[in-house]
Amino acid sequence: MPLWSGSYEGSSFFDLLRHDFPHMLPLQHLPQIPAGESRLLEAVPCATTILALRFAEGVVMAGDRQATEGFEVSSRRIEKLYNADSHSVVAMAGVAGPCLDMAKLFQIEMEHYEKIEGAPLALEGKANRLAQMVKQNLPAAFQGLVVVPIFAGYDVHAEQGRIFKYDVTGGRYEEREFYATGSGGKEARSTLRKLYKDGLSRTEAIALALEALVDAADMDVGTSGPDLARGIYPLVKVVTLDGTADVNDEELCAVSERLLSVVKG
Amino acid sequence: MAVPFYVSPDQIMQDKAEYARKGIAKGKSIVAMEYAGGLLLMAENPSVSLNKISEIYDRIAFAGVGKYSEFENLRKIGIRYADITGYASSRRDVTTKSLAKTYSDIIGTVFTRDPKPLEVEILVVEVGEEEAANQMYHVSFDGSISDRQQFSVIGGHSDRIVAYLQDHYAANLSLSEALLLSHRGVMAGYERPPEEASALEVGILDRERVGRKFYRMPPAEVAEAMAVAGDEVEAL
Repeated sequence: MPLWSGSYEGSSFFDLLRHDFPHMLPLQHLPQIPAGESRLLEAVPCATTILALRFAEGVVMAGDRQATEGFEVSSRRIEKLYNADSHSVVAMAGVAGPCLDMAKLFQIEMEHYEKIEGAPLALEGKANRLAQMVKQNLPAAFQGLVVVPIFAGYDVHAEQGRIFKYDVTGGRYEEREFYATGSGGKEARSTLRKLYKDGLSRTEAIALALEALVDAADMDVGTSGPDLARGIYPLVKVVTLDGTADVNDEELCAVSERLLSVVKG
Repeated sequence: MAVPFYVSPDQIMQDKAEYARKGIAKGKSIVAMEYAGGLLLMAENPSVSLNKISEIYDRIAFAGVGKYSEFENLRKIGIRYADITGYASSRRDVTTKSLAKTYSDIIGTVFTRDPKPLEVEILVVEVGEEEAANQMYHVSFDGSISDRQQFSVIGGHSDRIVAYLQDHYAANLSLSEALLLSHRGVMAGYERPPEEASALEVGILDRERVGRKFYRMPPAEVAEAMAVAGDEVEAL
């Protein structure tokens, strides 16, 4: 049979590109950046704080909305969370361009597998596929184009929410309670560590996620908290057995006002 | 050196077509039908896992009859084609027309060039944003392509089913009415309907769905919908 495409026969979109269309993969032929040349990272937008935490019925994920170029704000409305499929979300921190590329590729990977095989990958399988993509990005990461995702979703087999974090080499680690990364990640983690407990309700988990982002924004210049004046709130997604849902602005506004009034005193 | 017997091209094509037709007629039929809220595809399929109907892209579905391994291969090519196009450009740039032409090209090339033609017939359908924009393409074993409206039938004794549907099809059917009509059409394909009806595989492209429009209807839901429509018809 003369195939329209190349000779790849499997069910992975990422491998299909690698095998038959390598020119379509992001960041394939990187020119070597001369040593000491660090202006690149001041000229490209970087996405900052993202976090995930488990609660009684699943997981909550959140990310602030700011992207920075060096010391400048390049966007106040960037979205760092993407629905990978109906029951999982991927959040991206790092250099915005490669982050967007990887998120898009990962979304198609999930959909492609599901269509070819007739059933979705298990949650752990999805997490491993993402690890391969992060690994593929390692040469770019050495040149500063770092992508560090968090992947979380509802595992329909284990009947619980699960969180996976990654390092730049594609190492994949499961977190049992919560995780945060990006420039304000450390600050957000310390808030989560203090206030996290098992079996949080949905409302409590959303409030805690926002509180961690408010604290991160307090200490990290790259992170923005809820912006009441402009009506821009962090992006918050909740994944449960029923699927993924965005938390609407009214709910985020109410929680944000309460949190910020505590700061006011 | 032995000289092969001369066989006229006419004869070669005829033989190939007959061979393919025989293979396809052995299988069961698939009906595609427009209804008020979208498009449906229905196949008689005793297997739960070896599907004949499948999702290709946001608004596009595929159905194949004939040799399973051959149309399964075509299905995967379609999904790869669509996903690559969508990745390189945008989701809106994946069109059924270009996909159907690609299929026509592949199947036609095999028919003329290879000793054995593909024993398949396929349907590629798309639900439009409004009803007039629905598209149905039928690609035959020799690569010939045609577009259809209202309904389309492939495989098995499709001529009988088409005759039945021409008499009974009406515009703006509800989903359950269209399911019932399609099923009656499939049954009309038999000279003597079998005592035990075989399991139905149904996929719909529902215009109201957000994002990906394809939905594989579980058999219980299909049976329920057809029962509802059946009661309504009897009440009239």
